[in-house]
Amino acid sequence: MSDEKIKLEIDGREINADQGQMLIEVTDKNNIYIPRFCYHKKLSVAANCRMCLVDVEKAPKPLPACSTPVIDGMKVRTRSKLAVDAQKSVMEFLLINHPLDCPICDQGGECELQDLAMGYGNDVSRYQERKRVVIDKNIGPLIQTDLTRCIHCTRCVRFGEEIAGIRELGATGRGENMEIGTYIEKSVTSEMSGNVIDLCPVGALTSKPFRYSARTWELVQRNTVAPHDSVGSNIYLHVKGDTVKRVVPAENEAINETWISDRDRFSYEAVNSEDRLHHPMVKVNNTWQQVDWEEALDFIKEKLDIIIDQYSPSQLGTLISPTSTLEELYLSQKLIRGLGSNNIDCRLKQIDFSEQVSAPYFPWSGQSIVDFERNQAVLLVGSHVRKDQPIINHRLRKAVTNGAAVMAINPIDYDFNFSLHCKSIVTPNNMVGELGSVLKAACKLSKKNIDASVKKLTTNLSANETHKEIADQLFNNADTIILLGNLSTAHPQFTLLRILAGSISKLTGSKFGYLSDSANSSGAWLAGALPHRLAGGVDSPEIGLNSFEMLSKKLKAYILLGVEPELDCWDTSIAHSAMRDADLVVSLSAFQSGAAKDYANVLLPTATFVENSGAYINNEGILQRFNNAVSPQGEALCGWKIINDIADNFDLDGFDYPNHDVIYNEITNILGEFKGNNDENWKTSITSLPNVRGLQRITETPMNMIDSLTRRAISLQKTNDISVGAIHINSTLANKNKISAVDRAKVSQKEQEIQMPVKIDNRVPDNCVLIQSSHPSQIDLGGAFGSIKIEKC
Amino acid sequence: MNKRVNKIKHYINSLFLFELIKGLYLTGRHLFKRKLTVQYPEEKTPQSNRFRGLHALRRYPNGEERCIACKLCEAVCPATAITIESEQREDGSRRTTRYDIDLTKCIFCGFCEESCPVDSIVETRIFEYHGEERGDLLLTKSQLLEIGDKFEEQIAVDRQEDAKFR
Repeated sequence: MSDEKIKLEIDGREINADQGQMLIEVTDKNNIYIPRFCYHKKLSVAANCRMCLVDVEKAPKPLPACSTPVIDGMKVRTRSKLAVDAQKSVMEFLLINHPLDCPICDQGGECELQDLAMGYGNDVSRYQERKRVVIDKNIGPLIQTDLTRCIHCTRCVRFGEEIAGIRELGATGRGENMEIGTYIEKSVTSEMSGNVIDLCPVGALTSKPFRYSARTWELVQRNTVAPHDSVGSNIYLHVKGDTVKRVVPAENEAINETWISDRDRFSYEAVNSEDRLHHPMVKVNNTWQQVDWEEALDFIKEKLDIIIDQYSPSQLGTLISPTSTLEELYLSQKLIRGLGSNNIDCRLKQIDFSEQVSAPYFPWSGQSIVDFERNQAVLLVGSHVRKDQPIINHRLRKAVTNGAAVMAINPIDYDFNFSLHCKSIVTPNNMVGELGSVLKAACKLSKKNIDASVKKLTTNLSANETHKEIADQLFNNADTIILLGNLSTAHPQFTLLRILAGSISKLTGSKFGYLSDSANSSGAWLAGALPHRLAGGVDSPEIGLNSFEMLSKKLKAYILLGVEPELDCWDTSIAHSAMRDADLVVSLSAFQSGAAKDYANVLLPTATFVENSGAYINNEGILQRFNNAVSPQGEALCGWKIINDIADNFDLDGFDYPNHDVIYNEITNILGEFKGNNDENWKTSITSLPNVRGLQRITETPMNMIDSLTRRAISLQKTNDISVGAIHINSTLANKNKISAVDRAKVSQKEQEIQMPVKIDNRVPDNCVLIQSSHPSQIDLGGAFGSIKIEKC
Repeated sequence: MNKRVNKIKHYINSLFLFELIKGLYLTGRHLFKRKLTVQYPEEKTPQSNRFRGLHALRRYPNGEERCIACKLCEAVCPATAITIESEQREDGSRRTTRYDIDLTKCIFCGFCEESCPVDSIVETRIFEYHGEERGDLLLTKSQLLEIGDKFEEQIAVDRQEDAKFR
């Protein structure tokens, strides 16, 4: 679009527009309504529905507004007889084959065709012949098709090509025989596929979990923030009575535009899950008793007092989920520190905490979310951004279509929906070396100096063509960034990765960012839910135990907030045994699970994100508040209220918060104006690179296993993005061990040994075994990374 | 002068009890007229085929319930007397799991019947019903279907008669 301004006249109004804009963009901007079906502001122009025909002076025929560029001095009439007649005729054609099943159609009430038929349709159809019937296709557990209703606007097809990046839906046949379907009989697998439900102007693509459960006019719309990734997508909850019936995106150009991931769209199902915990429960003599809140809180006080008196407050550890609200995180660290312990941590999936003191204020993305689409070169280190932060991936994809080079150093050859400029797929151990080699190449290019301690690490390394290319792209492009993803955070040498990547960014003039793994990871750091930081990012005078130490040192008492340690922690085996051996485990959770009932002593029901009020700080550092959309189920309470009551029971000072607003004001006063800053001195006390020999384990968390909510969302659990409880090895390793896909293998890590099915997966590099986390069958296996042995059984 | 004439007029009227005779004339006229009183419950007034009485849910001749849970009746009901919950039945069709009409709220306007795209919810000719307790006047889906089954013949005839005016 050029900057040149032109003048045109629409419906007698003089309007200024930019050269090259389409007519419909200009009218939309000036609140002149033109009916449309195929045009969507985020998709390319197809001009195949012809509903937007308008009358342009000197044009022999009506022209489609969506594909007519504005010209200086143009005179357009959108409501003239010619225009309206043309629109009415198009409507008549569209209604020829559209079934009259509005009463049973889920789109009824919010259907663009239905709305426009009121304005442009006839009362009675002149068409007497048979209507077209299309057989429905099963395209997976999330999207319901009723293809007879399709009006061939091809928005879904263009979405697949342009936004999701995988051509899954397409049109076959021509004219009346045109049908929308998947190219080969398979389900739609995109992590953003749910957006076609919103895009479809008719009821041809609707939500499967929502199917027939409510009509649109019964639903009340309440806005909130999605809790599953660090993007903080804005969503609307559609509520009927006191039940969330569905989730749709709320438009926010700065964050999620008009899209949300499937995980954010369908996780609401877990809120109404049968697993919900409705009453406080206490285990007395190995039997669970339902008690009231007062009894439960007294029980906690009594037991905790004994432990604190007998041992010390440092025998109390708190694991808190980084999906908790800012208020909950702040209050829980205040409670634990009030009780005399610094053992609180939200970094559940991390193992390397060395040099944590020099870590930044909070794990910042390094730039705003919008900036991701402007990058010219991006280096991903240990990140499956497509599944972990789908919205950021979408922005990166836009950057790639604009010519950016996205490069990756990953332990798994992930399938991105854009082509990587270059990649280096190595074992987790070698990722550090790869990064070191890139650093070496960058050193050569930039001729700048880095700290001797870091330089020393790279002495034995040499840079190959890939390393040189990565360094070259980062150095020679203006807007570049290095991103550490979820797999880096969980990496046993996270600190080294951080230092090396940071040093490269300094040498090449790139930005440096962390893609954090949870909705409120940033908030957790800022609220002080860490052993070494107080609220506001202030260094704690005493450093408590980190999450791994808390579990491996087997404390006497644990408080869990929204955490299922046997699934969520880095070393599930250690976590599980620590829980079982503890004297007291207090679990604040929205759900009850068999495992928690086995090890916990007190279960306190908390509200889920739709029932809770609070604030999240996203990866970019945007603070977003939300209010509850429905009331908590059963006797459940909001997390902040429970923590407040526990503290009150201990007579701790400063704990009589009447509502969450007061807590919010307190924490925001402490935080003040906060801004992300990932700059460090980039030096290290680590003297050598790791050298692990033999088979290595890699653990990834599939996108729909990320937290207790997604694990209980029935429809999400039918998708491909879940843990299958198998070991993934490539065919070379399989052949070497004479294992085939039908076999089961004996998998052992340290002293633990379990049997698991085998999956041949050539994305996994040689000498590596990929295991997807959060599957109950592999709790007894050890840490997420490290040496592992497999054997055919 | 005028005052005196009026006085005489009043005197004559009072003396001959003209008003009494006038009144008795009206009474006497009705004494010999055809009587309108209906001896309910032995006798009943005639009903229109559009009579709006107790509600019923109809079925198709093959026994399948007509209602498709479109909830138009629920939306149009001015007294919010109708409560519907729906889901997908095992065969994939859209069906109600709950269809309640609160007769204590209902104003018998007939909008529900007007709005129904499948002639499922209808108002029958039944007006003689009672409830001994408040809850008795809350009709559930099974009760409504039962009423429909019982009076289907009459309902069908009434709809047939009215069809030409629709």
